[in-house]
Amino acid sequence: MKAYSYFPGCSLERMAASYRLSAAETARALGVELRELEDWNCCGATAYFHIDELLAATLCARNLAMAEQEGLDLVTPCSGCYKNMYFTRAHLREDPDLAEHVNTALAEDGLQFRGTVQVRHLIEVLVQDVGLPEIKKRVTHPLRGLRVAPYYGCQILRPRKGREDDEQPRFFEDLLTTIGASPVDFPLRDRCCGGSLIVTHRQAALSMAYALLQDAIDHEAEVIATVCPLCQVNLECYQRHVNRTFGTNFGLPVLYFTQLLGLALGIPSQRLGIGKELISPAPVLARVGG
Amino acid sequence: MARTLTFEQEIANLFYAMDSNPVQACIQCGICSGTCPAVAFMQHSPRAIIAMIRAGQKKAVLASNTYWACASCYACSVKCPQGIDVAAMMYGLKRYSLWRNHYRTVPLGADFSRRFVRLITKYGRSYEPGLAAPYVLRHGFRGLLDEIRTALGLLRKGRLPLLPHRIKRAESLRRVIWQILPVGGRA
Repeated sequence: MKAYSYFPGCSLERMAASYRLSAAETARALGVELRELEDWNCCGATAYFHIDELLAATLCARNLAMAEQEGLDLVTPCSGCYKNMYFTRAHLREDPDLAEHVNTALAEDGLQFRGTVQVRHLIEVLVQDVGLPEIKKRVTHPLRGLRVAPYYGCQILRPRKGREDDEQPRFFEDLLTTIGASPVDFPLRDRCCGGSLIVTHRQAALSMAYALLQDAIDHEAEVIATVCPLCQVNLECYQRHVNRTFGTNFGLPVLYFTQLLGLALGIPSQRLGIGKELISPAPVLARVGG
Repeated sequence: MARTLTFEQEIANLFYAMDSNPVQACIQCGICSGTCPAVAFMQHSPRAIIAMIRAGQKKAVLASNTYWACASCYACSVKCPQGIDVAAMMYGLKRYSLWRNHYRTVPLGADFSRRFVRLITKYGRSYEPGLAAPYVLRHGFRGLLDEIRTALGLLRKGRLPLLPHRIKRAESLRRVIWQILPVGGRA
């Protein structure tokens, strides 16, 4: 069983409890050990960078330093946390002066950043380290015919650049195919959902969510799958607000990729947190025996 | 004698930790504006903001809502043919306006960020209701009704945290933060 340090992120504690449950269940079923970092702190989201970049880097570096003590690569299921810690690691490794400054601060907590562990997103670990052939072997309840919109969002892909995987990613579609589902063509799959603006610029955020929901509906998706708690909350919990603002009547369930994967692995839906949605996926899942 | 930087140089200097070319490299092609999902809500598009920075129009740049409407999705940054990290520039503008207290024309984003930092400094983790609640009256009466219904739905499903979670070493985290910036009250 391969082990990783695990950083769930603040949203997973309650708002995205179903992601926490389903990530734990699917990882266990696929032989991946996720050891939660003790006493981890918030990664800084987007709002910390508005105040001070060095401060934001320091917050991330504290978590990285703790993962280094464990000697295990750091895995997170949240795209925002992933982006922040991935780039903090890269910047601090490239800039020793910056790292020294951060380490002076971290010494207050008895920690030191060295840059020795990698930062990974959970979907990366499952697709690359476990591998699709291995996942396929363990699928007992293929989600045959389920039309899923694979929503990548932004922070899992960007701002990395220069890699084909970032411009024209396929891994989400491939994973869905592996578990027997049918990924729909979803042109806006890597367009931002507006989640970070939901409090500060409601109109912009709702309009961005509306564009995505409409695109998924136009391509006959029955459910949207996400890899990020912010996207899930924005697309699901604010769908009512979108409907009122744009005069639409969407009722599109939004699930975490780990929930669909878990169903295909034969894990009971309750243990995957299914039932905690504001828009029930039950009618859609009933069709594929979920 | 200290040299006075132009506004363009000041903004260019804000990219300090970013792997980006300077704004001076901009060729005004407009790909940033074309890829931006929030451009319809900006008073000036990202391309126009860069032109204004380069023309030294400090007041107009800082008074615009453009950088607070940026969702930090980095679509512009990865598409820019000149290698300018436009999203990082928007972050830079946010910080600049906060330092200079020029933010009052578009207060929500700035206020939210400050509240967020205070929260993390105190608890070490985020707490959604504490962040969203102060703003529920900002979205109109119908917006407030939507907000209440959504909150009740989340509460019923056990998705609404009732109390913030404070990490065990919150005090030493506060000392760490204070080494960088004295924010959120004395440690």
